[in-house]
Amino acid sequence: MLSFFKTPRIRGGVHADEHKTATAALPIASDFPLPKKLYIPLQQHVGKPAEPLIMVGEKVLKGQLLAYSQGLISAPVHAPSSGIILDVNDYPAPHPSALPIRTIVLETDGKDEWVETHIIDDPFKLNPEEISFRVGAAGIVGLGGATFPTAVKLNMGRENRVDTLIINGSECEPYLCCDDRLMQERAEQIIDGVRLMLHGMTNSPGANLHLPEGCRTGRYGMKTEHAVVAIEDNKPLAFLAMLVAAEPYPTVNVIQIPTRYPMGWDRQLIRYVTGKEVPVGCRSSEIGVTIHNVGTAQAVHKAIRYGQPLLNRVVTVAGGAVKRPMNVEVPFGTLISELFDFCEVDKEQTARIVMGGPMMGDSLPHVALPTVKATSGILALTQSELKNTDEQPCIRCAGCVSVCPAGLRPLDMANNIRINQLDAAVDLGLKDCISCGCCSYICPSNIPLVQYFKYASGEVMARQQAQHKSEQTKRLIDARNDRMERIARQQREDELARIAAKAERERLKAEQEALV
Amino acid sequence: MILHMKPSSGAHVGANNSVSHIMGQVMLALLPATAFGIFCFGWPALNLFIITVLSAVFFEALCARLRGRVAKPVIMDGSAVLTGWLLAMTLPPWAPWWIGVVGSGLAIILGKQVYGGLGQNLFNPAMLARVALLISFPIEMTTWANMSPLFFSHSPGLVESWHITFSGLENSDASTGATTLGFIKTEFSQNRLLSDILKDTSGFLSFIGWSRGSLGETSTLLLGLGGVWLIRQKVIQWQIPVSLLLTVALLAGVFHGMDSEHYVGPLLHLNSGALMCVAFFIATDYVTSPNTPTGQLVFGAGCGLLIFVIRTWGAYPEGAGFAVLLMNSATPLIDHYIRPRIYGRDRKGKPLEIPKS
Amino acid sequence: MTVLSAIVSLTLLGLFLGLLLGIAARYLKVESSPIVDELESLLPGSQCGQCGFPGCRPAAEALAEGSAPATMCPPGGSALAEQIAALLGLDLDLSDVKEPELLVARVSEATCTGCTRCFKVCPTDAIVGAPKQIHAVVADACIACKKCVEVCPTECLQMHPIEVTLRNWRWAKPLNVPAQSAGTGSNAVC
Repeated sequence: MLSFFKTPRIRGGVHADEHKTATAALPIASDFPLPKKLYIPLQQHVGKPAEPLIMVGEKVLKGQLLAYSQGLISAPVHAPSSGIILDVNDYPAPHPSALPIRTIVLETDGKDEWVETHIIDDPFKLNPEEISFRVGAAGIVGLGGATFPTAVKLNMGRENRVDTLIINGSECEPYLCCDDRLMQERAEQIIDGVRLMLHGMTNSPGANLHLPEGCRTGRYGMKTEHAVVAIEDNKPLAFLAMLVAAEPYPTVNVIQIPTRYPMGWDRQLIRYVTGKEVPVGCRSSEIGVTIHNVGTAQAVHKAIRYGQPLLNRVVTVAGGAVKRPMNVEVPFGTLISELFDFCEVDKEQTARIVMGGPMMGDSLPHVALPTVKATSGILALTQSELKNTDEQPCIRCAGCVSVCPAGLRPLDMANNIRINQLDAAVDLGLKDCISCGCCSYICPSNIPLVQYFKYASGEVMARQQAQHKSEQTKRLIDARNDRMERIARQQREDELARIAAKAERERLKAEQEALV
Repeated sequence: MILHMKPSSGAHVGANNSVSHIMGQVMLALLPATAFGIFCFGWPALNLFIITVLSAVFFEALCARLRGRVAKPVIMDGSAVLTGWLLAMTLPPWAPWWIGVVGSGLAIILGKQVYGGLGQNLFNPAMLARVALLISFPIEMTTWANMSPLFFSHSPGLVESWHITFSGLENSDASTGATTLGFIKTEFSQNRLLSDILKDTSGFLSFIGWSRGSLGETSTLLLGLGGVWLIRQKVIQWQIPVSLLLTVALLAGVFHGMDSEHYVGPLLHLNSGALMCVAFFIATDYVTSPNTPTGQLVFGAGCGLLIFVIRTWGAYPEGAGFAVLLMNSATPLIDHYIRPRIYGRDRKGKPLEIPKS
Repeated sequence: MTVLSAIVSLTLLGLFLGLLLGIAARYLKVESSPIVDELESLLPGSQCGQCGFPGCRPAAEALAEGSAPATMCPPGGSALAEQIAALLGLDLDLSDVKEPELLVARVSEATCTGCTRCFKVCPTDAIVGAPKQIHAVVADACIACKKCVEVCPTECLQMHPIEVTLRNWRWAKPLNVPAQSAGTGSNAVC
């Protein structure tokens, strides 16, 4: 209790208009027609892009591996439906710039024919390593938006002393309610996925014997003791459903947390649930906590129990311009335009398309872009919903300071960035900014603070790269100069040797002549 | 469907607030105290109020034009009106028209625009103007009118009020006097004791505002209500007013307890002079006060300390203006040293250590 | 007598303090900052000559003398200008620094004859190839000095702007300038 007073468990944050009621009451739509063509980007995750192993013109089945993961942090990509591969080329990415990304185009045949899958009766008999291997092979990444490969996290859980697994069901972004519906409708699957994850993080004896002595940090035979499912208290139905589903399992607790954006920021949630703070530059597993999204848990359930890879997800389509806002389960690679047609989006009224939530999401320039593993929602916002962009001078109201969950001073950072003092902004904590958008949301002067920080972060990165390049250039030039010098010296020595040899020859000749 | 080629990042939605909305709410909170002040001091007070606000707007527009900008949006943010309003509240109610005009000019031009406009100034513009006026025109700035409510027979009528405002007050001794704090200060210099000095003053009357003083600063009750409403509306934070008032009350209490004949008690301190107005409306000015709650506590306490020191031992009976200006100049320093702790870092900015378990 | 003692004591004092200073100067000697060397180490060192000086060393000397502005190096851009200004303690107005347009040399395979002239002049060995074989440019090592373009007999080497991809795309600086505080930066904030 004392520690509760010492460090406030929730810091900053805002309470935005939720706009969830219309969508959260409807069941997840499953009657979305299978698109004729699917555009499946090869990188839908953090890390290295996947490498395709199919040929153009090849026929593939639903769930078949299309591209394998490259390297340690990567994830494979599977066919979301059966059909024929039309193309492997660059297509616009679902990114604010819509720049091209390597994409597989799949023409569906409408049969939706599954590849052979293996149903496992008792997955708890599997090795923990086997669990995380299968999760990795199923292409599962964090479905909360960060898209970090889940298997890597499970492995980290095994290698560290993780005692708490937090399942993030907060869904704090306004408009979005796909996790809410998922928890209401598929609570058993989620809880099963959570238990499988707990099992996958169990550190069985000898699990990391292949590692050198110093790296074996985990306790052998140690289990992650319990999982906590944290759900914001604006989702009572989801909470109830999860509570019922978790009833038989004492290792899984379901708790309610206050509704406050950004409650779903992993570090905020970790502090609220465990009271521990993740030090800057560390992963949460280093303090004994791992955090996953509810959607990820459901994907793990499907992957382990039924051998089904991650092929689709629930996407919230909402916003003022959407006539039929809903949560809809779509295969990856579905174009947003088809999703919008299905939900009857009014194109005239749409002022901005946002991928993700309205706080952290980015705008998209057009709708001919595919949905990917990270797409939790697509919003079509009208002009009246958008924040006014008419920027006024900062009045130093310090609203941004009080809402910043990371404890930064956005106004001072933005002032420094405006006058190109990027180093000063970095000193003020630019790199600790999580671009949650609270400061932009609250600013009465409509200053696009987050964009300032994103710009500055990119610029700092570019300067570091430029610096790195100039150092490398210098090294290259030095190496070349050395080489030139060496060659010149070599030539000089050769020349001298040649002259000496000639002199020697002449001397010998002279001697011989003298002898003769 | 190509919509919005310029990428824009979150937050795409926003809280329903704006600069002009904030300024409007502050004005709304000031309204009861101002209306009461104008009622108490009659038509001349209304004249002065209107002149001060209008000239503040005029100077703001002039500066905007000189900087080559369209004046209308600059005026519409409401900051100039608010500055003029706050300045008018701190002026003696029957001051001549040119006091209002010069004051507004000082506040807007010297107090704000020379620093680069809204949000850039180091000192509170209204307080800067008030202090400059007080030093430059001590007579006009310390001539306090008697209570002369609107529509009362002995109060100046409309025509007479124009006379007072535009050509000055004749026979001022009959209709003016000293404020409570000023009276006490003069009487102390005559070596009179406090109980003797205060036998005619009523704490209740000065609480509701029925006493001589600046145009809008007399009513502790209405100013306090307005301030509490602002805190409830989350326009201002509680830290500055509470720490300021508490510091003054504590210091006054301690000294009054030690020597009740030479040190004014806490209630009288809270009820008189500019204290309430400063605590809720001047010291809480966003631009010139610190950004963090702790910094605001320090700032408020500093203001309170300086107010008490100047009132008790200084040459002026009221020290609120000076106190606020002095603390304004300390604001950058406070913000530099008192900053929030960044998540995952200690107070010095070093990453936290991984707890050993 | 008093005058004499004053003179003597002051002289002694002066000598003593002078001695102290001398000792201090010897033992607390500060290595004089070899500013030109430091500047030269900051500069790219590619001797590209775009600044108007015949190489980076003369440019550094000019900077140290103060006869060249901190923004003189086009390939370094504003990042370098800031570093130079910090080193020399200059006030820097970055508003008129043009970020260098990023270019990279590319070999047109149709016209390359494999003459090897280009990779002989490349200061960073960014061009690879062999006689009578088509050359190629290692984009990461190319510094856009354009020396290869000058020597290429068939004009097959051309400078191209670096393409924007998902990897190097960055957010733009917000352009909206507040109505009042344009131009001057806020210093009231400190």
